[in-house]
Amino acid sequence: MYLTPSEEKILHGEKGEVMERMFRLLVRLGEIYEADAMIPVGSVQVAGVSYKSIGDPGLEFLEDLASKGAKVQVLTYLNPAGMDLENWQELGFPEEFAHNQLRIMDAFRAMGIVVTSTCTPYLAGNLPRFREHIAWSESSAVSFANSVIGARTNREGGPSALAAAICGKTPNYGLHRWENRQPSVHIKVEAPLEFSSDFGALGYYVGKQVKNKIPYFSGIPSATTDQLKALGAAMAASGAVALYHVDQLTPEADLVETQDLETMTITEKDIKETYTTLKQGEHPDIVILGCPHASLREIAQVAEKVQGKTLKKPLWICTSRMMKEAADRMGFTKTIEQAGGHIVADTCMVVSPIEQMGYKVTGVNSGKAANYLPGFCKQTVVFANIDELVEGQT
Amino acid sequence: MKGRMISPGKVEGIALVSTEPIGFYGGIDLSTGVVIEKGHPLEGQSVKGKILVFPCGKGSTVGSYVIYGINKNGVGPAGIVNRETETIVATGVILAGIPCVDQINIDNIKNGDTVCLDADHASVDVLQNL
Repeated sequence: MYLTPSEEKILHGEKGEVMERMFRLLVRLGEIYEADAMIPVGSVQVAGVSYKSIGDPGLEFLEDLASKGAKVQVLTYLNPAGMDLENWQELGFPEEFAHNQLRIMDAFRAMGIVVTSTCTPYLAGNLPRFREHIAWSESSAVSFANSVIGARTNREGGPSALAAAICGKTPNYGLHRWENRQPSVHIKVEAPLEFSSDFGALGYYVGKQVKNKIPYFSGIPSATTDQLKALGAAMAASGAVALYHVDQLTPEADLVETQDLETMTITEKDIKETYTTLKQGEHPDIVILGCPHASLREIAQVAEKVQGKTLKKPLWICTSRMMKEAADRMGFTKTIEQAGGHIVADTCMVVSPIEQMGYKVTGVNSGKAANYLPGFCKQTVVFANIDELVEGQT
Repeated sequence: MKGRMISPGKVEGIALVSTEPIGFYGGIDLSTGVVIEKGHPLEGQSVKGKILVFPCGKGSTVGSYVIYGINKNGVGPAGIVNRETETIVATGVILAGIPCVDQINIDNIKNGDTVCLDADHASVDVLQNL
């Protein structure tokens, strides 16, 4: 890989120990994946924020970097934390957990990272442009940026994204290069898709089948960005899909080569069977929506559904702090709280310690959440569409 | 067998082979090194001290920290052999200093085999079949 004279100097320690260590990681990755050079990145999104996910080893790693004066060079956002950073006490998050989580946030803030904590940075002030090189790491955000926006990022590991933020660069390989953004499997959708959970079920099924391939979808006549967010998130969780194209809907779909691809057809039966597979229980202790983080439109839909009702069991909607503030202004938060629900910001059901909070059966409308909750949060999952979930609680 | 060095080092150990991809985040317990993903072929088994053999990574990008973390907690694998190592696993093994080689035909390694992983020379050899 070609390194400029100033990049060589970083490797020789002339910009300090932290830069050397971080740049060495990027160069090593570049060598493995045959990058030709380093390229500047427009923004970064760092995963590995929840204390539950990274534990003491991650906390110590981050505090060590911060104490040595590490600073980011580009706009850098964070993945969800393990709790609502403001209302954690009220929501019942454990004290010791909160203490460690706040230490992690302090370390990030000291490095100049915007303490945002969301898996939807593109809805919260970090929006890349078409073809912009970025280094993002949360798997659904990576999928959205690559597929729906047409920006270019690999699936960065938490530390490699942090290294890109500190160095302002990333090695030019993988999805940064046009030749690697071509689809490798054609998914023909012959099923009606209505709810976000339908897109989640489709994504869960396809991700399992195609693993890390690049799917090209046809037969999806329209979809909102919320629905594409659900589709990409599920594929990135059940498989390792970092980029997909949808005929007529995503920006690179017209530009890629679609001849002679292996073809898979998805029928209504496949979608129904996926619902059955993911519906492991009947009566949720809690319903958690907002995986990935809810848009304002999704929050408004929930507010409309619960208006004037009384929920029997807890309902959380996870979102970014920015969307929560807009929901507060619009009165959606009040409507949802009057029904007995909560808008929970900065965190989500996957990275928060819900199993320590007494919940065993969780209702979700997200294919991604359905994928992670059984293993990581020891939850029995009830996967259903939003109408059934909200109806079941009233 | 010759492959590609992802992270340097040389180690001998017992192979723990998964035919399915591994997602470290949510798939492996940070404090015990036990596979916790429901329905995974290795569910309930510990990766501690093993030469962990699997086709490729999957799932969350927080996996890098989990690899770094299980190693720091003393319950990480001694080495990793993949068909294809993607960035998440590569970042984790480089930070943790776990020897790792990919581009290996992992069908030739059986669970319980004694394996020599010499990442410095990008080679993986089965010394003894179970």
